[in-house]
Amino acid sequence: MSFLTPESGWADMSDTLSWAAIFGLMAKQFWPVWVALVVTFVLSFRFKRRLGLYGKLFDSPVAIIGFAIVMFWVFTALFANMIMTFDPLAQLGSVKNPLPGALVPEGAEGQHKWFLLGGDHLARDVFSRMVMGARQVLIIAPAATTFAFLVGITLGLPAGYIGGRLDTALSFLANLVLAFPVILLFYLLVTPEIRSTGIPVVLAAVLFLIPIAFFAILFQSRFHTSPNKRNLYVAITLVLGLWAYSGLAFNADPLGVWGMDPNLLNVFVSVVFVNAPTVFRIVRGIVMDIKSRDYVAAGQTRGETAWYIMLWEILPNARGPLIVDYCLRIGYTTILLGTLGFFGLGVTPESPDWGSTINAGRKLLSMVPHPAVVPALALMSLVLGLNLLADGLREESLKD
Amino acid sequence: MSNAVWDASQPILEIENLSISFFTRLREIPAVMDFSCKVMAGEAMGLVGESGCGKSTVALGVMRDLGKNGQIVAGSIKFKGRDLVKMDEEELRHLRGSEIAMIYQEPMASLNPAMKIGAQLIEVPMIHQGMARAQAWELARQIVADVRLPDPDRILNAYPHQLSGGQQQRIVIAMALMSKPALLILDEPTTALDVTVEAGIVDLVKDLGQKYGTSMLFISHNLGLIMDVCDRLCVMYSGEAVETGAVAQVFDDMRHPYTQALFRSIPLPGADKNARPLISIPGNFPLPHERPKGCNFGPRCDYFQAGRCDAGDVAMVDVPDGDRHGSRCVKWDEIDWNAAPKARVVKEKAPIGKVVLQMDDLKKYYSVSGGAFGGGHAKVVKANETLSFSAHEGETLAIVGESGCGKSTFAKVLMGLETATSGTITLFDEQVQSTPIQDRRVDTVSSVQMVFQNPFDTLNPSMTVGRQIIRALEVFHIGNSDAERTDRMLELLDLVKLPRAFAERMPRQLSGGQKQRVGIARAFAGGAKVVVADEPVSALDVSVQAAVTDLLMDIQRQNKTTLLFISHDLSIVRYLSDRVLVMYLGHVVEMGSTDQVFQPPYHPYTEALLSAVPVADTKVIRKRIVLEGDIPSAMNPPPGCPFQTRCRWKSQVAGGLCDTTMPPVQTLTGGHQIKCHLGADVLAKMDPVITFAAE
Amino acid sequence: MLAFVIRRLGVMLVTALVLTFVVFFLTNLPPNLEKLARSEGSVRMTDAAVASWLEDHGHSGSVFYRYAEWLGAAPGWVITDEKGVTRGKCIGQRDDPAMAPKFCGVFQGNWGVSTVFKKTVLYSLGKSMAATGWLMLAVMLVMVPVALVIGVLAGMREGSRTDRVLSTFSITTSATPEYVSGVILVALLASPATGLSPLLAEWGWIAKKTLFMGTATSAMDNITFWNFGLPVATIALYGVGYIARMTRASMTEVMTQQYIRTARLKGVGFGQVVLRHALRNAMIAPFTVIMLQFPYLLNGVVIVETLFNYKGFGWMLVTAAGNNDIEMLLGASVVAVIFVLVTQLISDIGYVFLNPRIRLG
Repeated sequence: MSFLTPESGWADMSDTLSWAAIFGLMAKQFWPVWVALVVTFVLSFRFKRRLGLYGKLFDSPVAIIGFAIVMFWVFTALFANMIMTFDPLAQLGSVKNPLPGALVPEGAEGQHKWFLLGGDHLARDVFSRMVMGARQVLIIAPAATTFAFLVGITLGLPAGYIGGRLDTALSFLANLVLAFPVILLFYLLVTPEIRSTGIPVVLAAVLFLIPIAFFAILFQSRFHTSPNKRNLYVAITLVLGLWAYSGLAFNADPLGVWGMDPNLLNVFVSVVFVNAPTVFRIVRGIVMDIKSRDYVAAGQTRGETAWYIMLWEILPNARGPLIVDYCLRIGYTTILLGTLGFFGLGVTPESPDWGSTINAGRKLLSMVPHPAVVPALALMSLVLGLNLLADGLREESLKD
Repeated sequence: MSNAVWDASQPILEIENLSISFFTRLREIPAVMDFSCKVMAGEAMGLVGESGCGKSTVALGVMRDLGKNGQIVAGSIKFKGRDLVKMDEEELRHLRGSEIAMIYQEPMASLNPAMKIGAQLIEVPMIHQGMARAQAWELARQIVADVRLPDPDRILNAYPHQLSGGQQQRIVIAMALMSKPALLILDEPTTALDVTVEAGIVDLVKDLGQKYGTSMLFISHNLGLIMDVCDRLCVMYSGEAVETGAVAQVFDDMRHPYTQALFRSIPLPGADKNARPLISIPGNFPLPHERPKGCNFGPRCDYFQAGRCDAGDVAMVDVPDGDRHGSRCVKWDEIDWNAAPKARVVKEKAPIGKVVLQMDDLKKYYSVSGGAFGGGHAKVVKANETLSFSAHEGETLAIVGESGCGKSTFAKVLMGLETATSGTITLFDEQVQSTPIQDRRVDTVSSVQMVFQNPFDTLNPSMTVGRQIIRALEVFHIGNSDAERTDRMLELLDLVKLPRAFAERMPRQLSGGQKQRVGIARAFAGGAKVVVADEPVSALDVSVQAAVTDLLMDIQRQNKTTLLFISHDLSIVRYLSDRVLVMYLGHVVEMGSTDQVFQPPYHPYTEALLSAVPVADTKVIRKRIVLEGDIPSAMNPPPGCPFQTRCRWKSQVAGGLCDTTMPPVQTLTGGHQIKCHLGADVLAKMDPVITFAAE
Repeated sequence: MLAFVIRRLGVMLVTALVLTFVVFFLTNLPPNLEKLARSEGSVRMTDAAVASWLEDHGHSGSVFYRYAEWLGAAPGWVITDEKGVTRGKCIGQRDDPAMAPKFCGVFQGNWGVSTVFKKTVLYSLGKSMAATGWLMLAVMLVMVPVALVIGVLAGMREGSRTDRVLSTFSITTSATPEYVSGVILVALLASPATGLSPLLAEWGWIAKKTLFMGTATSAMDNITFWNFGLPVATIALYGVGYIARMTRASMTEVMTQQYIRTARLKGVGFGQVVLRHALRNAMIAPFTVIMLQFPYLLNGVVIVETLFNYKGFGWMLVTAAGNNDIEMLLGASVVAVIFVLVTQLISDIGYVFLNPRIRLG
């Protein structure tokens, strides 16, 4: 445990750190994550019987491992500012691709003086970029997946429940998008040229409207029997929704709270666009299964509207497979975002996101692998965690 | 094999003190405790009990196929003198299929969908006797003919999905008989089938048992079926055998309170609701890990005596008078078994009032596109043809029929989920046949409600019980505030005799019967005047059926509700209905008062239906009429009379009229209607199906 | 059956037309055309010059008409400039305008000329597709058998040790996209500085500096295990995980079915239960997955060809997209879309044939 001795002792021993020392220092850097993980797990285990499906997670070793990995990255993203050792964009000195454990030249501002996991071709700290990359990924991937789900659900419910021509038309559209090779779609949608035509904004305008419609219908169908409540909930939805909408889709929020970088909007819309049809197909399938249940018939015979039955009778009972798919899909979205970064699409070159750092690192891959391997392993572990979590959840939800 | 050692006078199967448990992560769940029984050569042993009593676990235990979590924790299972519990996998494999064969509940699920029938059959002798393929095929042909399937060659080359449910079950039976096993285990072999099809299978099983001299372990929840098939039976309750003996003895001189309670809770022919009211068993079946100390039945038993019944484990004792008659009751020789049940409050029948629902010449056709690939011509399915009847206030009208008879379609049209193709439905002076539900007025909707069949499906699994009832109140505009509606919801729970605390429960925390009660509360939330009950108790255990049926009728009396009771179970129909309407392939074939329908003259279909329902009463003599073949598909009905393909009276009609012409409706005395070509003279000569043996 | 195929082909045709139109629309957006004008003409053109250049080269007018022109369903543009020279889409440099055909689009076999490769699109496409074909073939030969075996072995005894080990393997590989596994494999096996190669070289086991080659450019002429192994492994790994998981799920589900119990209780041995009774039923779902995996292979191919510098279809697609090579991009997307649709059709038909319930229903 020598690497836990005071830092002053380190530099005297040698210029570069041993691997043991590197891991020791990294473990120390991650202290806020460890604290948060311990707190989460202790609380969750104590109350697991009262926490429903989330509590059941802790009955499955697979799910526990998956959840731990996922939460590791979530907390890393949250506490990135405390964990990273240097500014992820700062070029520290002029030596290219310094090795892991190498000394940072004098004068750099950071938490200590080593490149923990080396530096990249511009002498930026790989460790700090990886930590900051987690934040990038964990902001976009869950948000884009959530939007894809809202869109897929809003369209999949009527397709499955009402069927007929509506289903034929929507399924055709979904298959159309699915028949498009993803990479080609990205190359066509995520370009600076297309931004100038305003197409992403139009797409965003349509896609972002769907969640607002979703919540408005959700409350309307449920509370139409008591107009006061209905008016309140629908009004809140519309005010909040349209406010966010003005900012996110058109970058025209009068208060300036909501906003999205046009590049990001482009990426976001494309990812939602690619994911939504698959969600649509899953939802449609589940709905076709559930709609023959007696409680749906009971709803029909008391004269409920179709939307009430879809949103309040069917959707809650479809949550099991949807939550599982949600976890898997965040992983898949992470991979997609990495792909975009890998091809340098839609991100600024200095961005620390994992995909583009892998892309930047691969040019000298066979000589100095660390700038590419570190983000590669990070991305892989996050997706692995999500997959394990989904597997565990699936097992536990089947046990009922 | 060690057959030579075994002496035919010894039991084929001898189970001694068998205990089986399932192990979960949390605890051990005992499924069968201290179970013993003997099956002699050629004997048919029945295992009867409600769901969860462990009867199927015994069967799987005999097969040594309990899965990963199941384990035999004590006792022995001797088959021809060899202990199955001590056998290894390889020895078991030689026994399975050759010496012991099993038949299951779901025929479709037990056949491999991707293998031809023939290949699945010949496998058995090829594995066990090393028979050559051609020879095995020949044997398969012969056995398929033995299970009375037409055209064996075509059947052997078919895939399972190309056969009907009844045919599939015959194939499963054929498969079990392929190597002439000594013991046949049948686990609810007819539960998934229609009654008229069931009758054929039961007949077949009995005949084949005799022909091949096979011993049988017959598992069922249906006492009538047990009586039809078995020589001896074993009544199980909550993992234990509580009474065992010869069928007649147990049926007539039961010596266990549970057996008695079970018999008192099932409707028997010749008994109506006023003369012999059903008595339900109070309370609920205990969960495996919540079993009481002492006698498992104690908390629900009329004869319960604290300090004795709950003192410690109760052992099986021999009842001296009988032939291997045993009872697991400490008080068996103290109870007066012939005493009449406690007097019940006799309830006045509500007077039958004015007509509330009138259907005239209702037709409902669907068009379906044919073929899996969407090609081919659209077909018209005539789900309901010329349906005419009226229902009065306070009346119970039973609608009887098997699958495909159009009873569900009729319900859908009445509720407004579908609109009629032609004809009229008059509901309180309002014609609703072409008004879909979303266009109906709220009070029209709330006055016609439905109780559904499947208790596990009738409630939304992710909403509390109270919330689901309140939702119905909201939609029907009842109550002006949330507080008022909550009060009303609690009153409804009182009405269906559920504790008010259930309002906060999720459906999965309720038993089947309790869920069904919530379903009834929900249906009556808006003060329904007409209630369609679609097989409301058929999925429930017998002891619970009585309670739910009684509840439904109590509420009916209070509210003067018109009850349209859809069912295939003629015992219960006879027990509770005022008038009966028999449907077959979309047609009403017979209609009349309960007495008219259950007495001759019958429509030939009604006659067969009556004969097919197993009756758990040794004093009843039932004429056996077994219908040939299966119910035709509603997609492709036969020409002429819909019933002509299976009718045994067809020869009595001159000129082959049945094959070509739809029969007219004959109105007999008292407004009794029969849709049949048979002449009045023939009808008059019909014998009753059910008669009582002289006492 | 025939009616089904014809109907499917009809839907396919409509899908292909819609998708190619979308690609046409997106590649022919005004900014792209402007960029084209500046790169083909002169970088310092004025906006007016750009507009007239576009008009001179048939890039103006309604996008629908230009799409029909490109398809060959509408007559190609013909312009006679002030000098009296007649040029047109269908008129070659030395051809006589009068003799030129009226229609010349994709239907007529004229897919245009690549601005990057300076060859006809068809020629470049053919060459790159041949290269990619070898890659795909190798991937399928490795991926499908390995995945099926893993899936069946894992799924036949759910929860066993074999299942745990194989499931962990497949879940890990399916969490590893190509750009991650490629990077890791190169670092491990094809880097003279890290991984195995320095060790092997030191021990004298390999003559070269690295075990595998880090690029697959040489495989364009001569495919060897050492230059092709890593690209194939990279694509196959991701797919193996995915297909194996699907197969396992399908297998475990089949193994719990009543008919498997029936087979077991008629005395069929475990091996026969798996081979005769479970396998065919368990293959129905994965078959669809495998067929639908082809389009995803395309993703992998693009990444791997970029990573390993193998000049196949994916590499060409990236190059064309990066250089605003409109005709090339259009041609590539036609190929990609048709490829996806054909695999979908095969998957549908195969599903029907595997499943007697549908075939004879």
